[in-house]
Amino acid sequence: MSFEFVANVAIGGLLTGLVYALMALGLSVIFGVIRVVNFAHGEMAVLAMFAAFLLHQATGLDPVYAIPAVAAGLFVVGYLMQRHLVAPFVTRPEHEQFILLLAVAVLTTNGLLIVFGPEARGVILDYSFDSYAIGPLIIDKTKAIAAVTAFLAAMGLLLFFRYTRTGKAIRACADNLTGAQVVGMNVQRLYALTFGLGLACVGVAGCLLILIVEATPVLGPELTLLAFIIVIVGGLGSLAGALFGGVLIGMSEALAGIVVSPSMKSMVSFALLIVVLAVRPEGLLGKRRA
Amino acid sequence: MIATILDDLPLRERIALAVLLAFLVALPSVASDYWLSVVLIILYFAYVGQAWNLMMGIAGQLSLGHALYVGLGAYTAAALYVHFQLPPAIGLFVSMLIAAGAATVIGLLAFRFGIGGVYFALLTIAFAEFTRLAFSHFEWVGAMAGFFLPVENRAESDLINLRGSPVMFYYVILTLGVAAAVLVRLLAASRLGYYWLAIREDQEAAQASGVNTFAYKMIAVTISAAMTALGGVFLAFYYNNLFPSDIFGIHRSIEIILAPIIGGLGTFFGPVFGAFVLGLLGEGLTSAVEQTGIQTAGVKQLVYALVLLVIIKFVPGGLWPRVARSMGLGRRRDEP
Repeated sequence: MSFEFVANVAIGGLLTGLVYALMALGLSVIFGVIRVVNFAHGEMAVLAMFAAFLLHQATGLDPVYAIPAVAAGLFVVGYLMQRHLVAPFVTRPEHEQFILLLAVAVLTTNGLLIVFGPEARGVILDYSFDSYAIGPLIIDKTKAIAAVTAFLAAMGLLLFFRYTRTGKAIRACADNLTGAQVVGMNVQRLYALTFGLGLACVGVAGCLLILIVEATPVLGPELTLLAFIIVIVGGLGSLAGALFGGVLIGMSEALAGIVVSPSMKSMVSFALLIVVLAVRPEGLLGKRRA
Repeated sequence: MIATILDDLPLRERIALAVLLAFLVALPSVASDYWLSVVLIILYFAYVGQAWNLMMGIAGQLSLGHALYVGLGAYTAAALYVHFQLPPAIGLFVSMLIAAGAATVIGLLAFRFGIGGVYFALLTIAFAEFTRLAFSHFEWVGAMAGFFLPVENRAESDLINLRGSPVMFYYVILTLGVAAAVLVRLLAASRLGYYWLAIREDQEAAQASGVNTFAYKMIAVTISAAMTALGGVFLAFYYNNLFPSDIFGIHRSIEIILAPIIGGLGTFFGPVFGAFVLGLLGEGLTSAVEQTGIQTAGVKQLVYALVLLVIIKFVPGGLWPRVARSMGLGRRRDEP
């Protein structure tokens, strides 16, 4: 195994990891603010992938340019979901939240299965097989575009939370719910916005994922688990943690694929998750819990 | 002991219990093979539901990875039987021991480091998935291609080797289900049960009153794991085939927890009632889909999920407490 080969695989994993990180970021945002774990997260990503696929098929639109439309659509889905479905569950026990979102996940998967059938759907663009050569390294063009876009989207979210009024208000809800209510913030609306933003991240990630992997309706649970692993390893509720976790998982899975065997690569992620939960349950970059 | 079980059960509930038991015992002589197999699986879910209920409903620890114990139990007894001709009547103890060992490891990791709630739930999923992948590469038990038990001797009943007719399996799982219900009720009424309730309701208060929360949580997870492993042994010898993706799959963990949650967590009849509702719903949907001639995959699951969504949204706390009230079987709230 030459050094170049390993380096290429590692970089491929890093780039893919950034896209997964953006998806996981959505999970992290939702949990960090609303304290509800979105067990239908991967299914929403598959929904976004199919949306991007359909737009491409109907109009030939590059999924990268479909991002605004798909993200907006997923934002609306998230907003309505929080408003009409999840809101009463915020104060209910975790296992009931789990069943609710599980039901949403199964509905989404089987809805897609009924409409589109079980076939894998991919998007082939005229630059799908292009690559950049940097010295001995070869980087897929689609992966590079996806990773850069995902990183920009994550930065955009970071800036939104840091500098806008609404972003600050959402952070206030996360920090001190009672305080936020006392000063008269519309918590229900902010929660709905948060869920919408979380799913908008998934929308962007879905458009980018369809460039790299093929979509099937049953991909959902796998993506959900992947998002969990990333945010737990990085630190639930930490934006930088999600990015770091995504890159770490992306690279370790890619390397495990060549060092051990492709079918065992997720074992490495689960092992990493178990170690992190055991040693540092708040995640590698998470804040220590009180 | 019988006094503890029947104590403070109102007369109407004792009658209901007797009717239910009589119905289940008499079923094989009246029901068709099809209905027998349906009720058999319902009883399996009622059984493992009780095991999970012990951990979640009574001790308050949310496990979403109980497939781990089903799978470990199933594979251990099956491998001992196939490779060493050890009858499952003995193998089941090894199964329970191994599952309890796995639960001890998870419990030690989680409870020592104060992992609770969502984090504990995710840790249990991680262990189940990790083991699923490990067994997918475990050649000694067939890896991904599956592990098969010899199918023989279906005519006469051999309880030691768990070989026999569906009727035998039916009575085995019925016995297990009744035993589990009795055990859970006895435990819940014991000193241990009150410690668990205290931990579930307020862990810090329990700790402050001198309850060794760590030890009692460990006891809850190990008993629950051992009971679940026994359910796995039953599955292995009933189906005669094991696939890692099926037996360790996350859908198995979900199946286990649906019945107690839909039925009513922490209640005595809840898991049984939930198992019947969901089992009959599933079967009803299958035959309804067949009748309408819809060929599309996923319709059944779609409706199933929709029903689940409606129940969890509009009937918090599960169906049984409401049904019990309307049947005049009311009892003190939250009593296991």
